[in-house]
Amino acid sequence: MSLDFHGPGLWYATRATGLVAMLLLTVSVLFGIITAGRFGREDWPRFLSQGLHRNTSLLVLAFLALHVGTTVVDTYTSIPLAAAFVPFASAYKTAWLGLGAVALDLLLALVATSLARKRLGYQAWRRVHWLAYACWPVAVAHGLGAGTDRSAAWVVVLSTACVLAVLGTAAWRVIAAVRLGLDR
Amino acid sequence: MSATLRVNPIACTGHGMCAELLPEVVELDRWGYPVLVSPAIPRSLLAHARRAAQACPTLALLIEEKAGKHR
Amino acid sequence: MTGTRPMPAAHLPRLLAGIADATGLRGYERRYGPLPGSGRLITVVEAAGLTGRGGAGFPAGRKMRSVAARPGRKAVVANGAEGEPASRKDRLLLSRLPHLVLDGITLAAAAVGADEAYLCVHGTEGGLLRRLDHAVAERQAAGLDPVPIQVTGIPARYVSSEQSSIVQYLNGGPGKPTFSPPRPHERGVNGKPTLVHNVETLAHLALIARHGDRWFRGTGLPSAPGSMLVTVSGAVTRPGVYEIEMGTTAGEVIVLAGGAAERLQALLVGGYFGAWLPVETAWPTPLTHSGLKAAGGVLGAGIVIAFPAAACPIAETARVVRYLAEESAGQCGPCRFGLPALADALASLAFFGDRGGSAHDVEALFPLVERRGACRHPDGAAQLGRSVFRAFPADVHWHRWQGACDGVRRPPLLPLPGDEEREWDWG
Repeated sequence: MSLDFHGPGLWYATRATGLVAMLLLTVSVLFGIITAGRFGREDWPRFLSQGLHRNTSLLVLAFLALHVGTTVVDTYTSIPLAAAFVPFASAYKTAWLGLGAVALDLLLALVATSLARKRLGYQAWRRVHWLAYACWPVAVAHGLGAGTDRSAAWVVVLSTACVLAVLGTAAWRVIAAVRLGLDR
Repeated sequence: MSATLRVNPIACTGHGMCAELLPEVVELDRWGYPVLVSPAIPRSLLAHARRAAQACPTLALLIEEKAGKHR
Repeated sequence: MTGTRPMPAAHLPRLLAGIADATGLRGYERRYGPLPGSGRLITVVEAAGLTGRGGAGFPAGRKMRSVAARPGRKAVVANGAEGEPASRKDRLLLSRLPHLVLDGITLAAAAVGADEAYLCVHGTEGGLLRRLDHAVAERQAAGLDPVPIQVTGIPARYVSSEQSSIVQYLNGGPGKPTFSPPRPHERGVNGKPTLVHNVETLAHLALIARHGDRWFRGTGLPSAPGSMLVTVSGAVTRPGVYEIEMGTTAGEVIVLAGGAAERLQALLVGGYFGAWLPVETAWPTPLTHSGLKAAGGVLGAGIVIAFPAAACPIAETARVVRYLAEESAGQCGPCRFGLPALADALASLAFFGDRGGSAHDVEALFPLVERRGACRHPDGAAQLGRSVFRAFPADVHWHRWQGACDGVRRPPLLPLPGDEEREWDWG
């Protein structure tokens, strides 16, 4: 008896975990910017933003594991596991899935270097961590391009909200840094 | 095992996370830079000190353990 | 003097015996003798009790021993940068007696097992660099230096003459102090254990190698043997560089420099890394590290500035601390923010009295800058500031309750590099 995985269940799982991963990645990026921007208050210490940034990143990995797993196992489309890590290794929606692989590779680099931060040293870690600003938009693009729900209104709203949140927070960070530079 | 705390003043950018995570030992001066109340870390606070050192965004907080290793 | 025998003088001058000679290699060898061997040099230097003449006063032999004991090839760096504005001795040695220093470098390199050697001066001193290149070339022609000595210009910033800064610069960096560990003698130029010595220390080494430790101890004190160079300036008749035996008192040095040019209230000993001493305290104090420490002062790199009664020490110190603040490498927050705050508070006290509690401000700032930087730059500024309060309690009291004194209207006495000479970029 052959195991035949197909049918809407896996497909829903792929889409759902993908969306949640994008949401969590956005949240992680937001907390990362907030940490770098040194935001801190009586009731919101800085280590909280930093801790949340770290934990949501790890959660993203968990959801991505499910997202990749359900995609590969689904026999409706024959996407090899390699396509999750090697860009353009899939025949199905080659370019858009390729972006997903790029985003995943970048994320793995970010997490691995962060876990090995002490051994790497601050300067090396920091240079790699700038790639976060590449990882997130590539992931969002993958979601919009490869995702099959982009016509759904709520998905559009969600994606737009994520983009606006990151752009807005990044703008706040840049403005605050410029002001600090002018003061000193 | 005894341990001492040390700040690398070149790496430190006055982020302030160490003072949040180890307020018993680290205070911030008027410019936001850490002042060590005393370099010695009481054993009860060692776990907190390690966490603070790990959390420092620029890895400027160093723990020197008596065995002679740097963490 | 027939000028054909090497010099075995027990007393002075020693280093400066040939100061009036021409600077060529031939004349130098006639006066001081040819380059000796370096066998057992470290042991002899240890026995001689030579201490560093760059300010720290660390035993030179011990430094050499610790570098030599490490595995692998080493490097030697001669620090002739002389960042202290009121010091002239290194410049004098390098321009008029370069071969004394170069001998010292070659001997030290052989003794510790170095295969790289550098002589560092400020990169802005074009004339000096050319003269040193010429002296090195003379020696190459005579086959004197198995390890070629690389004359190097470093940034002309106050903190760039600190030993970790020089090592960083030689390794391709901008020339700013670095965090230790590792220290230069552990891992320095190109990763090698590096011996860093002031050029005067190396000059003494060159003579010790020729005449031995007993000769070196023939002058000075048992606890502070040998001779040293001092730069005397300020309100004296004949400012300049003088060679004295260790243990000479500050008062004797002022007399040597022609005596005071006007009534003195204090001596600033040790330069801007040093401390103020009231003239009554300073006058009988022997110019040794321990002697000055006992009097509440600092020897530093042998700088003595005679300070007149009619000038204001608080205003002058405020100006110097402002300079030190501008010379900060800017790498460490407490120095970068603390020194300008200290300069502001001192200036406020000097010119406006205790308005806004500036005296309290100054004292509150000392512990905020001391020992909180990667190098001793903020410590030096704080030490200078603290010594104002210690040496001039009456003046401080006067300023607190009466405001500025007449002395603030005098033109500044303590020398600072002019704006045109000062380098603004790390380049």
